[in-house]
Amino acid sequence: MNVEPPVRRVYVAGMADGNPEPAASRGAAPGLKPGRAPWAVPGARPLVQFEAVVKRFGGVTAVDRVSLDIYEREFFALLGPSGCGKTTLLRMLAGFEIPTEGRILLDGQDLARVPPHKRPVNMMFQNYALFPHLTVEGNIAFGLRQDGMAKSAIAARVKEMLALVKLEGYGWRKPHQLSGGQRQRVALARALAKRPRVLLLDEPLSALDRKLREETRFELIDLQDNLGLTFVMVTHDQDEAMTLADRIGVMNAGSLAQVAPPAAVYEQPNSRWVADFVGDINLIEGIVASVGLGETVIGARAGGRLRVAQNVEAKPGATVWLALRPEKIQIDTQPPAAFDANCLAGQVADIGYLGDVSHYKVKLDNGLALKVSIANRVRLVERPIGWGDRVWLSFAPEACVVLTQ
Amino acid sequence: MSDTGASGRRSWGARLVILIPALWLTVLFLVPFLIVLKISLSQSVIAQPPYTPTLDLTGGWQAVRDFAAALSFENYKLLGSDWLYIVSYLRSLGIAFAATAILLAIGYPIAYGMARAPRGLQPVLVMAVFLPFLTAFLIRIYAWINILQREGLLNETLLALGLIREPLIWLSTDTAILIGAVYSYLPFMVLPLYASLEKLDDSLLEAAADLGCPAWRAFWLVTVPLSLPGAVAGALLCFIPIVGEFVIPDLLGGSGAQMIGQTLWVEFFSNKDWPVASAVAVVLLVALLAPIVAYQRLQARALGER
Ligand SMILES: Nc1ncnc2c1ncn2[C@@H]1O[C@H](COP(=O)(O)OP(=O)(O)OP(=O)(O)O)[C@@H](O)[C@H]1O
Ligand SMILES: [Mg+2]
Repeated sequence: MNVEPPVRRVYVAGMADGNPEPAASRGAAPGLKPGRAPWAVPGARPLVQFEAVVKRFGGVTAVDRVSLDIYEREFFALLGPSGCGKTTLLRMLAGFEIPTEGRILLDGQDLARVPPHKRPVNMMFQNYALFPHLTVEGNIAFGLRQDGMAKSAIAARVKEMLALVKLEGYGWRKPHQLSGGQRQRVALARALAKRPRVLLLDEPLSALDRKLREETRFELIDLQDNLGLTFVMVTHDQDEAMTLADRIGVMNAGSLAQVAPPAAVYEQPNSRWVADFVGDINLIEGIVASVGLGETVIGARAGGRLRVAQNVEAKPGATVWLALRPEKIQIDTQPPAAFDANCLAGQVADIGYLGDVSHYKVKLDNGLALKVSIANRVRLVERPIGWGDRVWLSFAPEACVVLTQ
Repeated sequence: MSDTGASGRRSWGARLVILIPALWLTVLFLVPFLIVLKISLSQSVIAQPPYTPTLDLTGGWQAVRDFAAALSFENYKLLGSDWLYIVSYLRSLGIAFAATAILLAIGYPIAYGMARAPRGLQPVLVMAVFLPFLTAFLIRIYAWINILQREGLLNETLLALGLIREPLIWLSTDTAILIGAVYSYLPFMVLPLYASLEKLDDSLLEAAADLGCPAWRAFWLVTVPLSLPGAVAGALLCFIPIVGEFVIPDLLGGSGAQMIGQTLWVEFFSNKDWPVASAVAVVLLVALLAPIVAYQRLQARALGER
């Protein structure tokens, strides 16, 4: 691994292609130092490996053939709707659930025979699971005592952890004397105290208010850098996954739909489901008219031809979906002059003003409804575009992705 | 009830709810206790009732004053000076203590097993713990006489297994009292323990394991402390009645030293000495008040933790 602390979260657009294939099969992206994107380095050895892991509870398949490599010092986020198997995946890594099929390896060692208390993995539980009979300090020190750490060292570490989660002076309280957010911070401190190889975080910040959540995010990142830990975090907060993670694994109904850095998940979703789940998107169904020379022409089902600056792996005549983020569409009250752009005319059906952005819902002449969002760059005294106005939507061929599945 | 004084705003309904148990306790506990206390301060006579002085409220203020002047602590002095009573008290406490310790040792694994059993099975197991109560207490103790006697089931089984050569003497020993007490009070130990173990959140044990704690140590560091309130409740539910137990020592125990329940019975029914019997009862009650108060403290603390 790289010795110097890696510089965080600098991604070259399109660096990873959003392909969930094993990392080793892809080349390192140009312009990246090795170590910053270990999944893109050929031959890099993953710290944690899930190999075709399946978990069934009776008839329910909670995790379905998940194969995933997580690398040392990586901040990996599992993102997915409720009940898709995120917690179950973490619990298998911690050792509380035994995979029905497949293997989990840590440092190349099969974990099947390693009991939970011997795994160098700590988990922050979704329900905190604080010991009600112990004080905050007792909770944080619990794991350290198991290691037979010296009393003074334990005291120092506990103090450090309390400072980290901003709970100085709360050391002697019992969990029931804390607020929900404070309990969550104790749970975090307890899981961090042992400095595990892999820290598993199950919705770590969900009970914190916005300000504290943002602060804690930065602290988590700092901590991970300073201590060189590997984090696997479960969340269904997209912003959180986007800001924190090196890579995001998007889960759907037990399987991984896409594993890629945040930018790639957002800009290059590999399926309609991912595109729809992450952020807002317009999906336009169409049929491939022609492919070639880095450009694909698609005939929208509803009518109209759209050009995309992308070679699509589909034959002419195949059904595809054009995914277009609302913020990548330009809205004008006149037909736009740039004629290389795709252009669609319609009428404003709905407007939502959110302060920083405005959302428009435009009913196109061909029957489709598209969502458009515009950053409010100048102070809006009077809306330049109102209900029922005739507008022209345009977007560059580079602005959209074609999805074949 | 301290928070009622904060304002008179409590609704009548809320007051009534407090009034009912208060009335119940006053009529069925406090008044009888005061009567017993009063009798314990009087002297035994051959009369009806068999003690003096008696309080005659029709005699007016003067009668009450005469009555008060005639009360004395003689009976308590007797209890303190006669070894019979002291030995009897100590014996009762000793047997109750030993029985409670055995109950805890047997009851804990049972309750633990019940709490770990499949969810659907647990109500059945709770019923099974209650099952002996469907037979009258006295009949069950008589059955133990049968089991424990020289040619009884216990000796025959042990002989058949070749564990002993000669039949042992079980009946009329302290061992028999302990066996009877443990058998009779087991549900009172198991059920509170089960209630506290059943509440235990499995994720706490997972958290302990996650932090590097093997299962056996997690049992001591997590399970035992969290089931402590149940253990204390069970211990008190067993200890207190066993101290005053009469039927078990009378039927299964020997004719030697008596437990305090027997002493009380003898004073009351054989010697017809109501005042001394009352004094025995009052001392017993005061002695048992200490663990009850301790338990209440613990409970108040547990309630605060909700
Ligand atoms: N012990 C269990 N027995 C039976 N089914 C289970 C068990 N644990 C989880 N499941 C099922 O497995 C699926 C995945 O559950 P899991 O807890 O992993 O979801 P999750 O992604 O963490 O959801 P959330 O975001 O709501 O926490 C769910 O359908 C759940 O009902
Ligand atoms: Mg979960």
